[in-house]
Order: sequence, then C-alpha cells, then structure tokens
Amino acid sequence: MSVNNEFRPKIVAFCCNWCSYAGADLAGTNRLQYPADVKIIRVPCSCRVNPMFILRAFQRGADGVILCGCHPGDCHYTSGNYFARRRMTLLFSMLDYLGIEKERTRVEWVSAAEGAKFAATMNDFVDTVTKLGPNRRLEDLRCKN
Amino acid sequence: MQELIKKGKELFANGTVDRIIGWTRGELPYDREIRVFRCAECFEKDFVYDAFCGANLSKYLIEESGKEGKIGVFLKPCDSYSFAQLIKEHRIKKENVYAVAIECYGKCDSRALADSVEDAIYWITDNGPELKIDTVSGAVVRNTYDYMLEKCAACKTKKHAPGCDETIGDEGEKVDDCTRFDIVAKLEAMTPEERFAFWRGELSRCIRCNACRNVCPACSCEHCVFDNPASGISQKAAADSFEENNFHIIRAFHVAGRCTDCGECSRVCPQHIPLHLLNRKFIKDINELYGEYQAGENPDERAPLTNYTKADCEPSVVYKRGGKN
Repeated sequence: MSVNNEFRPKIVAFCCNWCSYAGADLAGTNRLQYPADVKIIRVPCSCRVNPMFILRAFQRGADGVILCGCHPGDCHYTSGNYFARRRMTLLFSMLDYLGIEKERTRVEWVSAAEGAKFAATMNDFVDTVTKLGPNRRLEDLRCKN
Repeated sequence: MQELIKKGKELFANGTVDRIIGWTRGELPYDREIRVFRCAECFEKDFVYDAFCGANLSKYLIEESGKEGKIGVFLKPCDSYSFAQLIKEHRIKKENVYAVAIECYGKCDSRALADSVEDAIYWITDNGPELKIDTVSGAVVRNTYDYMLEKCAACKTKKHAPGCDETIGDEGEKVDDCTRFDIVAKLEAMTPEERFAFWRGELSRCIRCNACRNVCPACSCEHCVFDNPASGISQKAAADSFEENNFHIIRAFHVAGRCTDCGECSRVCPQHIPLHLLNRKFIKDINELYGEYQAGENPDERAPLTNYTKADCEPSVVYKRGGKN
C-alpha cells in the first residue's frame, strides 16, 4: 500500500450564518467541487470573529484562515461586517508586520446566492496555502500530533 | 520642582484636594516610586519631579478616583492623553480628580544611565541638561539628552490633552518632525523572513511577567483575558514557540485605537523588548488607512475600530501595501 505524503493544508473558514454559510450550502446543492481541506465554522456574523479565534486556529495547526461574511451593506445585523472589516484589516497588517505570510489570511464577502463564488474562492485559497506549505511561524508545538 | 511643591501645598491648604499622587525617591538613586501623599508636610518632604519621573500616573487614578475625596495629580503631556482617554472610557471619575498639567523635557532611561557608569551610584543631581552622578569613586557628569527613554527621544507632543484643570508653565506644541514611526517603517520595508527573525528574537525573551499589561493605562479591564486559565495564554512561562507572539499580538490588538503611545510598556519591560513598536504599527495603520487619530485628544471623537465608514478599504489592502515579499 502506498502512503500519500503530499502536503494537504488545514484551512479554517469562518462563515457567517446568513450569507456565506448559505452560500456554502448552495455550492453543495449545486454539486460544485471544492477541497475537503476546508473546515467550516459557522458564526452568527463575521464580526463575531474575535482576532483570538484566528490566532487560536493558527496555534492549533491551521495553515490558513479565511473569514467569509455578507457583502458590506448587506449585513443581517446592519453593520457587523463593517466592524469586522476594520478589525481584520488591522489584524492582517499586524500579522504581516510580525513576518507571517500574508497569504495565509483572507477575508472574502460571499452572499447566499454566490455558491459558485464560494467554491471558486475556496479552490483558490487552498491552492495559495498549499503553495505556501505548512504553517511554521504561528504553530504551537504543544498542539503537534 | 519647587513650583510643583508650592502648587501642591497650596492645593492642600485651600482644601481643593485631600491627597496628591506623585513621585518619590525609591530604593536606588535613579528609582522613582509612586506614592499617594496625604499631608502637605510629607508632600513637601518627599515629592520629587526630575529626569527619572517617567512613570505615567494616569492608571492609578482609576482606583484612586473611586475613593472618597478629591485627589490631585501632576500630568506630563503624554500622561494627559492617557488621562483623557480613561475619562472618555468612563474609567476615571473626573469629579474626584484635580489634574495639573506640567511641562516635560524628556525623561531618562535610568537603566541605560546606570549601565554607563562603572561604579556604584549613591546620588544623582538633576541640573536640567546635565546630570551630576555621585559615585563611590567620585562624581561624573552625563548629558541628560544622551540617555532619553525611547518614548521621549521620539516625543510626539509637548501639548497637553484637554481635561486638565490648570497648567503650570507654558503649554507646549506638537512636535512636527516626530520620528516615532521611523523604526516601524524600517521594519515594514524588510522581507517577511527578516521581520519574523527580528520579532522572534525580541519576543522570545519575554518572561511573561505581565509588567507591560499592568503598567499600561489602556489595559484597564477588571477581568483580563490573560488571567483566564482557559484562554490558553494565561500567565506562565512560555512553553512553546508561539505563545509569546500570541500574548503580544492580542495585547496590542486589545489596546489598538485606545493606545495613546505613552511608551510605558517598553519602559517597564525587564527584558528590553521594544513593545511600543507593536502599538505604533497599529497607530500608523490607523493613521494611514482611516485618517489621523490620537487617542485621548478629542473627547467626542469615536474610536477608530468602531467608527467605520462604508468606503473603508478591504482587508486585501494588506497584500498590496507594505514591504517586500
């Protein structure tokens, strides 16, 4: 039996309940393909995502973290994604400043009708992170298995 | 200093305050401790204001202003921004504080100064631009401006934030050619590998003493995430490669938009980690992306992290700006 040693990234996708999670659903019902490396975590709103969630994901061995929410202006709670946008801009800039590859983090606005965009985004993100290789700079050695 | 003592005695005498928080001599000749003076006599005897009074008194007022009676405080320009910010956040009861704005020409890094002298120091006289240091083998003289704290060498303003009750001396001006972002810009221009190596070197020295958190006027939560054992980053020596990064990223993020850049974090760090560079990165980003903002300057202005606009840049702006890849 041959063992496949090819690197597969672990991707955490935070999806807002109202848009992106439904978009992911639509991608599924439309039979659109995207890699199984993406692990979706449903959140009530993109602004529910505390910067610590993202750091924690990296600490626990994620190779890339993507945050998906409603398009600006379409937030179910009116303004959540505007807050998330500022927060994530600053956090990503800080991670870049500390020398963490900036392609490992991404924010993408995906509406409930954009199943195709969801699948395309995930395919692209997984490709990008696969090329970067495993996350070494933000990992926590205790979480190594 | 005599002017300040006169003012303090006057405040005690006319009943404006029943105690004053200020600096006093510590154990070593260049140590300055913080003390609450309860009478004019002890104030006159022990109060000190000289080149080593770098400590920011604002944070102590959170607790002190909650007590009965009015407390007097002397605020240097950078302290006054922390004070104004804490009032804005409803942490300090302004009606219990009498704030006196005082001038500041920069404070000394006492550790750097002590390291520059070989013999044991037993007394230091602050003569303004000169420091006369009495050691066991005779006196030496040092130029005060050669041993400035990092926060003072790149001073951003000599002008006080609004909110002080009176001013002693002349009100200063903002420093136009402030160099506080120079090192941040230098780091930004490096490659990610160089930046990672730089921060790895700096942050791996962290012993998690929490001094930066305890001294920071913006870190004033009653229940801190770092005290929660379930957070995974509670206080303990770092056991792995990421823990100290995580602590410092989170801490800097928690004060982003509220940090007044008073520089206390770097001043107290026993490991000489340039923590202000993390906070300054956030300040620089906020200034560049969302418009100039100085925490504490305007009591009516909204904090940048909540003051969104529909036309804000997307987070992908990070891929395009900054240094080499």
